[in-house]
Amino acid sequence: MSFTFTEDQRLLAESADRFVENEYDFSARREAMARDGGFSRETWNTFAELGWLALPFPEDCDGLGGSTVDVAVLLESLGRGLVVEPYQSSIVLGAGCVTTAGSTEQRHRILPAVAAGEHLLALAHVEPRSRYALSHVETTATRDGSGWRLEGAKAVVHNAETADTLVVSARSAGATTDREGISLFLVARNAEGVSLRSYPTVDGMRASEVTLDGVTVGDEAVLGEAEDALSAIEAVVDRACVLLCAEAAGAMDAAVRLTTAYLKERRQFGVPIGSFQSLQHRAVDMLGAQQFARALMYRAAGVVDGADPHERARAASAAKVEAGRAGRMVGQEAVQLHGGMGMTDEMAIGHYFKRLSTIDAQFGNTDHHVRRFAALA
Amino acid sequence: MELVLTPDEQAFRDEVRGFLEDAVTDDIRRKTMTGYRLSREEHVAWQKQLYERGWIAPGWPVEHGGTGWTPMQKHIFEEECALAGAPPVIAFGVVMVAPVLMAFGSRWQKEYYLPRILRSDDWWCQGYSEPGSGSDLASLQTRAELKGDHYVVNGQKTWTSLAQHANRMFCLVRTSSEGKRQEGISFLLIDMDQPGVTVYPIRTIDGSTEINDVFLEDVRVPVHDRVGEENRGWTYAKYLLGHERTGIAAVGRSKAQLRRLRQVSSVEMSDGRPLLEDERFREKIAGLEIDLLALEALVLRVLSDETAGKGPGPEASFLKIRGTRLQQGITELLFEAVGNYAHPYIPEAMQTGWNEDPVGPEHAAAIAPHYFNWRKASIYGGSNEIQKNIIAKAVLGL
Repeated sequence: MSFTFTEDQRLLAESADRFVENEYDFSARREAMARDGGFSRETWNTFAELGWLALPFPEDCDGLGGSTVDVAVLLESLGRGLVVEPYQSSIVLGAGCVTTAGSTEQRHRILPAVAAGEHLLALAHVEPRSRYALSHVETTATRDGSGWRLEGAKAVVHNAETADTLVVSARSAGATTDREGISLFLVARNAEGVSLRSYPTVDGMRASEVTLDGVTVGDEAVLGEAEDALSAIEAVVDRACVLLCAEAAGAMDAAVRLTTAYLKERRQFGVPIGSFQSLQHRAVDMLGAQQFARALMYRAAGVVDGADPHERARAASAAKVEAGRAGRMVGQEAVQLHGGMGMTDEMAIGHYFKRLSTIDAQFGNTDHHVRRFAALA
Repeated sequence: MELVLTPDEQAFRDEVRGFLEDAVTDDIRRKTMTGYRLSREEHVAWQKQLYERGWIAPGWPVEHGGTGWTPMQKHIFEEECALAGAPPVIAFGVVMVAPVLMAFGSRWQKEYYLPRILRSDDWWCQGYSEPGSGSDLASLQTRAELKGDHYVVNGQKTWTSLAQHANRMFCLVRTSSEGKRQEGISFLLIDMDQPGVTVYPIRTIDGSTEINDVFLEDVRVPVHDRVGEENRGWTYAKYLLGHERTGIAAVGRSKAQLRRLRQVSSVEMSDGRPLLEDERFREKIAGLEIDLLALEALVLRVLSDETAGKGPGPEASFLKIRGTRLQQGITELLFEAVGNYAHPYIPEAMQTGWNEDPVGPEHAAAIAPHYFNWRKASIYGGSNEIQKNIIAKAVLGL
């Protein structure tokens, strides 16, 4: 057993850290957020050139065949810079569904363009009333001649407005929360009947409420087999959970560093406030929380690619709980230790707090995953 | 990163398991798992069994009688021992004083003491804390004066664990009052079997007497029982603290105790069903299980660093903080699990030789005392607050 990065992983972390340090400071992030669609296409092309978009794809689809651990290495570094480009949306979730559920033909048709940065995806699965239950799908798919007709609403679909293709879940059989009867469909974002209400998110990204009003698609739009997509969705979301934890590990690391630097620089009562023991211990607690969450995240990343769905689910939930607990504490304490400055939009620290908060609220918060972990014992 | 055991590591684990299956008797396993106290003889007998197998000192270099295991093998061994209900090896000799002797002891000290430690011929205790010197250890007052070829030692040590069993004490004493406080301390090896050494038990909140006051009155220590140089003892003591940091996380022990918690709460009934099926209680257990997974993950990372030649840094203090918090969390839930039967206090039931019927379920007898006793974990070995001071200074630079 070894917890040490391989040489390739070390180089990947180095290059991603260098990118964040040299090209993704806070003003660069602000500029990216102000663009149409909320991110920088140039940065996205850079990611494509560096091979980061192709990292998790199979080698026969122009991919690098990277593992979830490899992607975690990348996302930990990008998390340090609170990178807003749609890596989770397009690569982890959208392309993750294509890789996991799609046919060979679909993978070969779609992934190379995604890897090249020319085609963007988004996953439209969550619904206004589903909360964190992945089997809760009210959106319907009904047979329509040789194709399908989709009706329903999808909630908080990240980066939907910039996606070329939406991966949409819909139900053609069973009751609202049944495991069976769910399919994934590839739907062009500009298809007739698709309408978006787009908005910024509290953590500086973009998302949309998506309405599907009589959208018609052909059989070739079904990703893999019809009515059997839930297992694939669960696998993709478990990996996404671990990769959100990777981002959180990076964000927490940055928050601890920024806070420690502030404690050394800010003076009150004639001394740096970092000389006060009560503040020192709180900074130490933040660092400890980050270290444990990071270690468990890498351990989970090593498990979620395995074949056993039970082990995968437990590992992902454990990591999500640890990152959720740690992220909340680190985020809140980071703001507190910055005093009034922590409340200002101008300082980076509040933005780390906000991102750590939204990570907990995505794909199941701490309570949800404690319950899930307990039920899987 | 390779996050599963290699075939060699699996084979090693099976070998250890095979040995433990034969070596740990049902009686010992039951006592260890339920938190009953073992006698001196039972501890020594177990350590001698490990010695005969060649496994008493996994952390030692091979030339002194160690195993030559990798850090991962040591970790597997510790975990398997804990899961099998083997008694813990008393740390003061093998784990604590021995590495100091190897690093700083004289040739005579190594040749005389190390084999005796391996064979459990001596029972060591640690003479560090004093009534006025706890976290501020460098303020210690016990004095040693050199008279000819002997030191004469006067003072009082306290919180001395298992001193009632010990015939040897490694002890920090003041040999100079000049300069920095840390620079006037020496590290002595004291023979406890002599007039002038008096051990008084201290009764703790759980009703046991595992710690002691040790009074030293004109105690004679030959100069050849001083480790290293005079007035350099602080350095040696700090070296000791930097040793075997991953063991302090007690991952294996907590794993075994979590299993026990599941077992106890599967037979304790609540509202007509096993407590384990109570959603709120089950989620509390899940919270601790996740704590354990995170602790284990960080231990494995530190072990990997060690294998790669990077010694455990001050970050290892996190393992102590988190590990002890987890141990305490488990004792707390066990206390909750037994409900009303947390109340009866029958200390004899926890001793070897008791053969009356238990009051309530047998598993309940030691649970409350154990919960009370285990509050010590975040206080001893450098309190968790001191661990945080260390990290604040050494890691964060505050």
